Amino acid sequence: MTGPVLSIRDLSVEIPTRAGVVKPVDGVSYDIGRGEILGVVGESGAGKSMAGNAVIGLLNPPAHISAGEIWLEGARIDPLQGEAMRRLRGKEIGMVFQDPLTSLNPLLKIGDQLTETILTHLPVSREEAERRAIAALDEVGIPGAAQRIDSYPHEFSGGMRQRVVIALALCAEPSLIIADEPTTALDVSVQAQIIALLRRLCRDRGTAVMLITHDMGVIAEAADRVAVMYAGRLAELGPVREVLTRPQHPYTDGLMASTPLASQARNRLHQIPGSMPRLTDLPDGCAFHPRCPLVQAQCRQNPHPNIGKGRAACWFPLIERAAE
Amino acid sequence: MLAFIIRRVGQSILVLLIVGLVAFSMFRFIGDPIDNMLGQERTMEDVERLRAQLGLDQPFPVQYFRFLEGAVQGNFGVSYRQGRPVAEIILERAPATLELALVSGIFAVVLGIALGVFTAIRRQGIGANVIMAASLIGVSLPTFLIGILLIYLFSVELGWLPSFGRGQTVMIGENWSTGFLTESGLKALILPAITLGLYQMTLIMRLVRSEMLEVLRQDYIRFARARGLKDRAVYFRHALKNTMVPVVTVIGLQIGSIIAFAIITETVFQWPGVGLLFINAIQFVDIPVMAAYLMLISVMFVGINLIVDILYVFIDPRLRVDRAGAH
Repeated sequence: MTGPVLSIRDLSVEIPTRAGVVKPVDGVSYDIGRGEILGVVGESGAGKSMAGNAVIGLLNPPAHISAGEIWLEGARIDPLQGEAMRRLRGKEIGMVFQDPLTSLNPLLKIGDQLTETILTHLPVSREEAERRAIAALDEVGIPGAAQRIDSYPHEFSGGMRQRVVIALALCAEPSLIIADEPTTALDVSVQAQIIALLRRLCRDRGTAVMLITHDMGVIAEAADRVAVMYAGRLAELGPVREVLTRPQHPYTDGLMASTPLASQARNRLHQIPGSMPRLTDLPDGCAFHPRCPLVQAQCRQNPHPNIGKGRAACWFPLIERAAE
Repeated sequence: MLAFIIRRVGQSILVLLIVGLVAFSMFRFIGDPIDNMLGQERTMEDVERLRAQLGLDQPFPVQYFRFLEGAVQGNFGVSYRQGRPVAEIILERAPATLELALVSGIFAVVLGIALGVFTAIRRQGIGANVIMAASLIGVSLPTFLIGILLIYLFSVELGWLPSFGRGQTVMIGENWSTGFLTESGLKALILPAITLGLYQMTLIMRLVRSEMLEVLRQDYIRFARARGLKDRAVYFRHALKNTMVPVVTVIGLQIGSIIAFAIITETVFQWPGVGLLFINAIQFVDIPVMAAYLMLISVMFVGINLIVDILYVFIDPRLRVDRAGAH
């Protein structure tokens, strides 16, 4: 099949609160192709995880999808409820969580957690499921997989546990993986291994990956394209090299300037002044304008910009300013 | 693991010795058994003779030691009131209490866990809220009142179930009389079993509910859902198992108290078990019976708690490592 694996169109998520309805995700659109890794980056509360949860149908009520469409492999999945959505989870969409120490059930052997997932989704015998469980552990680089199948989660280190989590997410061979901060809780040395593993598995299988992170370094290393989110909206979307080296949105630019790079012997890091507005209290116009170093009158008056012909949702993308 | 069990058995024996000591010292204050045993027309010689015969003229530590000496050999002395060996009397009464405790224990555990899971899963539902409100009654009403209300409703008004006794019993082997095999025996079990188990049932239910709500918030439950596991697997395989350590603790304690507090239910329903025997023994200052009963109850408590401690290790693999000292 051609066309993107995942296609999100104008997705909005709403949460009714006492202070009014907030929109942690507001009109977001992006596609992820086969074997492609899309990095979704932004500060805490930018809506990047919320969008991932909306795709896999795990929004915590009262949060709900209020507008937009989600298409997976050419089929619309956002109206699916209950049992139909459950069949999709694990089978078509796998998910990897942030903390491998808490995402495995401490009382069940990892082999049982794997076979249980395989048997839920695939029409195979128990013996075949166990064989596949060992193969899955082997594939994510667990040494002595056949013996470790009877181990409990606490018998693994953090990095090994995240490998087990990835094996669990991939064992029913989904076409899309949502990895929500998969390396944040790990040691730096282990982070690179996990990223490399994720990349290799997705290349080999043609799995699409939504890699949610706040870490620009992880994005630079792993992603093919990057979606920058700010206050529930897309700020910039494009190929990772271009976005990182020539950001068009002032927010992306600020984000890049405030990312520490070992190669650059900077004394002081740049800071973006202020903080992201609360969702109950969004400013008129562009949500970023109170913090934008290049703000103009139009940014305050006009409604929030959409991504037009360029990559950035900005009235005055940096590329044009450079050209002037 | 073996060292752990040996250590716990050692502690258990110490607890039993202390319970025996406390119980024994209390008996000195509840009256003189001689008064009840001899009639009005007694002489001082009779009293002294009987006192010496029963060993009650001995100092307290000697009495206690003699009691222990006999108890270890299964000899709890002779009942002052019935003139028969205490062990024999208790064995005769024990099946009634144990059968009652078994049925109400199963009632409390099975229904308590089932309702606890139900009210946790359907937290917002009408059914769950009705059950939660009703469970307050179970927690707050005293046992004897529940028994009397049940008797009034099902025996007096509706006439469906007997209000007292065990119904017909059948002997299994030499000394086990069971009510499980006759219709009247089973009918007679229902009301006392509910009365005895209702408090424990509501307690277990409320505990399971709050533990479930806590566990359902955990990441591994979210991950289990994200893997598309069926609700049944998520709730019972992943969530319920993780609530079991605290729940098993409480169930252990509660089963102990079901046996111990059968006294009240047995009194209300005139159930011919060891609890009723104990009440009668107190009225008569029948020290050997009381001492044997208390020891029996504490052996059960301690035994159940020992089993609970061992169960932890089966439930939670992390404890196996810690016990072995690998970390």
